[in-house]
Amino acid sequence: MNHDPFAWGRPSDETYGQYNQAIANASNFPKMNTQQPIVTGTSVISIKYNNGTIIAADRLGAYGSLLRFTDVDRLFPVGNNTVVGISGDISDMQHIEKLLEDLETENNYDNSYADDEESLKPSYVFEYLAAVMYQRRSKMNPLWNAIVVAGVENGEPFLRYVNLLGVTYSSPTLATGFGAHMANPLLRRIVDRDSDVEKTDLQTAKNAILECMKVLYYRDARSSRKFSLAIIDKDQGLTLEKDLQVENMTWDFAKDIKGYGTQKV
Amino acid sequence: MSTIASEYANEVSNTPIEHQFNPYSDNGGTILGIAGEDFAVLAGDTRHTTDYSINSRYEPKVFDCGDDIIISANGFAADGEALVKRFKNSIKWYHFDNNDKKLALSSAARNIQHLLYGKRFFPYYVHTIIAGLDEEGKGAVYSFDPVGSYEREFCRAGGAAASLIMPFLDNQVNFKNQYTPDSNGKVKRPFKHLSIDEVIKLVRDAFTSATERHIHVGDGLEILIVTKEGVRKEFYELKRD
Amino acid sequence: MFRNNYDGDTVTFSPTGRLFQVEYALEAIKQGSVTVGLRSKNYAVITALKRNADELSSYQKKIIRCDEHLGLSLAGLAPDARVLSNYLRQQCNYSQLVFNRKLSVEKAGHLLSDKAQQNTQSYGGRPYGVGLLIIGYDNSGAHLLEFQPSGNTLEVYGSAIGARSQGAKTYLERVMDKYIEIEDPEELIKTCVEALRQSLKDETLTTDNLSIAIVGKDIPFTQYDNEKVTPYL
Repeated sequence: MNHDPFAWGRPSDETYGQYNQAIANASNFPKMNTQQPIVTGTSVISIKYNNGTIIAADRLGAYGSLLRFTDVDRLFPVGNNTVVGISGDISDMQHIEKLLEDLETENNYDNSYADDEESLKPSYVFEYLAAVMYQRRSKMNPLWNAIVVAGVENGEPFLRYVNLLGVTYSSPTLATGFGAHMANPLLRRIVDRDSDVEKTDLQTAKNAILECMKVLYYRDARSSRKFSLAIIDKDQGLTLEKDLQVENMTWDFAKDIKGYGTQKV
Repeated sequence: MSTIASEYANEVSNTPIEHQFNPYSDNGGTILGIAGEDFAVLAGDTRHTTDYSINSRYEPKVFDCGDDIIISANGFAADGEALVKRFKNSIKWYHFDNNDKKLALSSAARNIQHLLYGKRFFPYYVHTIIAGLDEEGKGAVYSFDPVGSYEREFCRAGGAAASLIMPFLDNQVNFKNQYTPDSNGKVKRPFKHLSIDEVIKLVRDAFTSATERHIHVGDGLEILIVTKEGVRKEFYELKRD
Repeated sequence: MFRNNYDGDTVTFSPTGRLFQVEYALEAIKQGSVTVGLRSKNYAVITALKRNADELSSYQKKIIRCDEHLGLSLAGLAPDARVLSNYLRQQCNYSQLVFNRKLSVEKAGHLLSDKAQQNTQSYGGRPYGVGLLIIGYDNSGAHLLEFQPSGNTLEVYGSAIGARSQGAKTYLERVMDKYIEIEDPEELIKTCVEALRQSLKDETLTTDNLSIAIVGKDIPFTQYDNEKVTPYL
């Protein structure tokens, strides 16, 4: 007798041959969820200034190292005072885009104050996204993104980050991915602490962002020259420019580079 | 055994290497709770990190939950926030169900054990500390492991620099390894509760030192203090390097 | 003898287009003790008359808090009100957790309406036998709603439901122009208590039978009972 309890009550291999898993149409592997991003968007960068927030992201959708899609929107306005910037997996981003559209539709339904007092505020949008991101990670089926929500709420600039793990944080400057390493230090030269926000005007902040987009285009291999930039100003409202490109680049040194850079002759 | 793996070496397996999504991360930071005679403090730095990046220099992680209970869950920040959110909610419904009765700290501790153990097989990756006053008005600190095992203590450090701060606390709060002068190391220094001012000095020293030695600690120090008058907040700058 | 053939369930219309079960539910409200609500721009107040079955029993709770910014009073079947207030508590809670947002009073009204309306259209059930006055303070200011088991929820400046509520209503209609302008929350409470008095028969308001609640600008939903109502008697 087979003393292995696992075999008890089962058709024996001697009689019936080895069990064929295909019969039950069962896969040899368990169901798999997203384990890695496929088409990706690179950094989203953002900064607070005395009258609002600025957020920017380039327009590239990269398939590994292939610059696959060159005109992708990654900045999404929600209502009149919120912009959501998304980096990471583009298909997951498009899913989030749908969630945000649904959120707006839902808010406009049966809501007499939808256009003013009860319109969507940045913190509402953020809390919802953070809840979705954390729930998905807890189901081990993450949305592979890092998101920055920028806006103005109750006259104050709003900026908060959430990623595929559901980790959230706020800071006067925020950047995802490569930008966290390259743009943040540059932006923090302008607004290092909360008290600096008051001293920084729109133009200063915008120049800093443009400079960062340039540096990122120089050094991030998966970035593109074209980018979008949104300003959410407490007086001017929301402006979104989709047709910007990195300007004033200096490539003069390039002609002198020999080999890998250290070569002299 | 050969150090170079060849196709024939026995440490080479044929099963494919699996890359799995890792649902956790470490967001650094450190926390510290101390109970006094008739007060308790819970302090935490305000730096938020992932790997070597500083995400934020001011992201508070010690919270006032009402009912003179303060809480912090340090480690994986998303789990920490989720736990605190759930605990606050638990208090809210406790009030609805019990005619706004104040939640005792000991009950809060037991409740948190259940929140943590409920996720025993997918744990909240956090070191949790709560502080407040017990039913007799004495300062109390409870600390928890990630799956809900808990204990009431006089003091506890948690998070990234816990191992740096805890021995300091043993010595300075519980007077471990301290002996009365002229006793030739025979008579232990008797235990005595510290005053609020002494405790805040200790906490500040602990955090400035931890900031020096630990890269995930710094930027700001937020201390929440519970007395019979209620909850009070204090903030001190820490080094930002 | 005449017997109504169209009041057995909630799903069948009478030939004259009426739903008798729903109308009976409205009657149940009138059996309940009176409650009055009114609002100005920044505050909303409810007062209610509590009843006890006899001298040995306690008074029936009339006001229920649902969130920091929202609460209600009831007239009719208290157990039904418990179900509805619990539902509102959950909805407020959900809104706060998922959207970091106070459930707007208007949305609360719609949610209640939808829940009550389902009962008027499903077999085997019955409509809720309770009327509610919901007060709340959200982004768009103070609001007062009157909820009925039919699924109707109306926004109003003032209202009264329950036994002899007409007295209070008449009073409110007369003084509406004045209380709508009131800035002082204490004054508003006094008006609301006075309105409640208009619906009393032989009772008098005491610390035992009066319940008050207010919500508004910088005032979370606060309930006054027992000794706390003394200043308003």
